[in-house]
Amino acid sequence: MNIVVCLKQVPDTESQIKIAPDGRSIVTDNIKWVMNPYDEYAVEEGLRLKEKFGGEVTIIGVGPKRVTESIRTALAMGADRGILVDDPAVADTDPLSTARVLKAVINDLDSDIILCGKQGVDGDYGLVGSSLAELLSIPQISVVVKLEVSADGSTVRAHREVEGGIFVIESPLPVLITAQKGLNEPRYASLPGIMKAKKKPLDVKTLADLGLDPSEVGADAAKIKIMQITPPGQRKPGKVVEGETPQEKAANLARLLHEEAKVI
Amino acid sequence: MAQGIWIIAEQREGELRKISFELVSEGRRLADKMGQSVTAILLGSHIKGKAAVLGKYGADKVIVADDERLATYTTDAYVSVLSQLTRASEPAIILLSATVQGKDMSGRLAARLGVGMAQDCVAFSIENSNLIARRPIYAGKAYATVTFEESWPQIATGRPNVFELNEPDDSRPVEVIGAEFNLDDSQFKTKIIESIQEAGGKVDLTEAERIVSGGRGMKGPENYVILEELADLIGATVGASRSAVDAGWRPHSDQVGQTGKVVSPNLYIACGISGAIQHLAGMGTSKYTVAVNKDPDAPIFQKADYGVVGDLFEVVPALIEEIKKIL
Ligand SMILES: Cc1cc2nc3c(=O)[nH]c(=O)nc-3n(C[C@H](O)[C@H](O)[C@H](O)COP(=O)(O)OP(=O)(O)OC[C@H]3O[C@@H](n4cnc5c(N)ncnc54)[C@H](O)[C@@H]3O)c2cc1C
Ligand SMILES: Nc1ncnc2c1ncn2[C@@H]1O[C@H](COP(=O)(O)O)[C@@H](O)[C@H]1O
Repeated sequence: MNIVVCLKQVPDTESQIKIAPDGRSIVTDNIKWVMNPYDEYAVEEGLRLKEKFGGEVTIIGVGPKRVTESIRTALAMGADRGILVDDPAVADTDPLSTARVLKAVINDLDSDIILCGKQGVDGDYGLVGSSLAELLSIPQISVVVKLEVSADGSTVRAHREVEGGIFVIESPLPVLITAQKGLNEPRYASLPGIMKAKKKPLDVKTLADLGLDPSEVGADAAKIKIMQITPPGQRKPGKVVEGETPQEKAANLARLLHEEAKVI
Repeated sequence: MAQGIWIIAEQREGELRKISFELVSEGRRLADKMGQSVTAILLGSHIKGKAAVLGKYGADKVIVADDERLATYTTDAYVSVLSQLTRASEPAIILLSATVQGKDMSGRLAARLGVGMAQDCVAFSIENSNLIARRPIYAGKAYATVTFEESWPQIATGRPNVFELNEPDDSRPVEVIGAEFNLDDSQFKTKIIESIQEAGGKVDLTEAERIVSGGRGMKGPENYVILEELADLIGATVGASRSAVDAGWRPHSDQVGQTGKVVSPNLYIACGISGAIQHLAGMGTSKYTVAVNKDPDAPIFQKADYGVVGDLFEVVPALIEEIKKIL
């Protein structure tokens, strides 16, 4: 089974976000870059499928050189090879163009299952997976918390989380799945895994290598543009609810919620 | 020239969801600025009877795509119908709900039409007849203002519980018409095998007006009964921190935060939650936040409108009694 995992590198969720002087980007100086948390579930699921059905897990990332580190992490977990598309033209592009670049890579791979994260915890788009499925003309099942592939490897049955419930959805392969927390418990890279990863193939490609033109997928082709990034509005300082005993505090809180905030 | 604002209404099991009314209300405000009309699009089966309500919130027209194969949302069928309708009528702006369904549909629809898409927006405005959207990034640690580059339709999803509802106006006229579309379901690949509903039929966290959340300070799964009791009393949904979820005390679907659900209730009561950055990111847009924590230095207090320093096992039961006196 040919399994592809699309991997995005994002700032660690611990990061404080500071806005750059240009007002349209963030300060990246002290940021620790990590594999997008949802992509960890995607990688883990890919590895489990490979353990069951054989085949290869290919990790694809679009982004600058530093992304190799996260791809290596996935290789250390057990993936077989990595492909990084590193081209200055795609630095500021949008999800649809990212999907176009991923498609160009995937076209050559004859993949059965493509796994993405539910969303990148940087831009919080949640768009690349469904855009990619559309460009590849294959079905998508998004926000998946459980995945089963039939014994003959021809269909998947996925549990898709919706508000207040689960839909169980069946699809033939090839299919694109987006991973939600709960899908699995991602493994840690073992020391031998880390050693082995160093020798696994990791190809770096440019847009030209993929036969793509910056005018189709670069920042200039982006269909949405960030004009400005602003900090969240400051909350007005809160109140400490007074009282000598828990009962007094509770009584004061109930009164404030009722009379001041008027929320109960 | 692309004209008019479309709202893709969302129904589940034949019932319109509140977000649809919120988006029609917002769409009305935007359309008035542009001097254009609001059209709601409703997909479903035997759904026509529900359409007129959308007019009360501001839709001038409702286009209903009624077909048995549209009874339950599937990506294939819904995106197919919407792309056909869009190509036939060329709306300027399309708003969908930032729900699991809306988010599944939006990326695929935008890719099919080859246009830009702004996900999970919390504010919209109009400049020179173009949509400008404000959306949280980094789970609300910052906000991005985005524009669409000279392409139409301009598609965006709007977050539930954020846009103000118009006062329903029974006297507003509304035109309800049937949609023309082809459904070639031989092309559709996915099938819904089963729908599993969570027990209790509680309002989902993303739509809840009130949330009572518990973290590691709850000490164990059995203690959530006191939060359930408080929640029942005030009509709230119970949420959790990731620590509580990872400990197996609560299901994954209850997690609030950067890798859980992003919520915007009117009232968020955090009990025994320290206020890690990833948790704050998920509930930072709550209108009023209450924190109950025995550690006066817990970061959650910096985000709380009302902070109660104390043992939640004393404060929460007392709060239940006090609220009963008021209600
Ligand atoms: C990639 C990543 C993603 C993450 N995503 C999320 C996310 O989406 N959501 C999320 O919540 N977390 C997330 N986290 C985890 C986050 O960093 C914290 O670990 C977590 O939020 C802590 O949960 P907590 O506040 O329940 O536990 P703790 O930090 O242990 O806090 C427990 C609190 O309870 C208080 N307490 C204890 N006993 C009592 C009592 N009797 N009465 C009153 N107060 C009491 C303590 O004073 C303490 O402040 C993520 C972490 C990572 C690395
Ligand atoms: N630059 C990228 N390179 C590889 N995969 C990506 C990239 N951007 C997004 N993805 C994939 O698409 C998912 C959703 O990302 P997003 O649409 O940015 O929220 C991620 O979890 C990845 O699996």
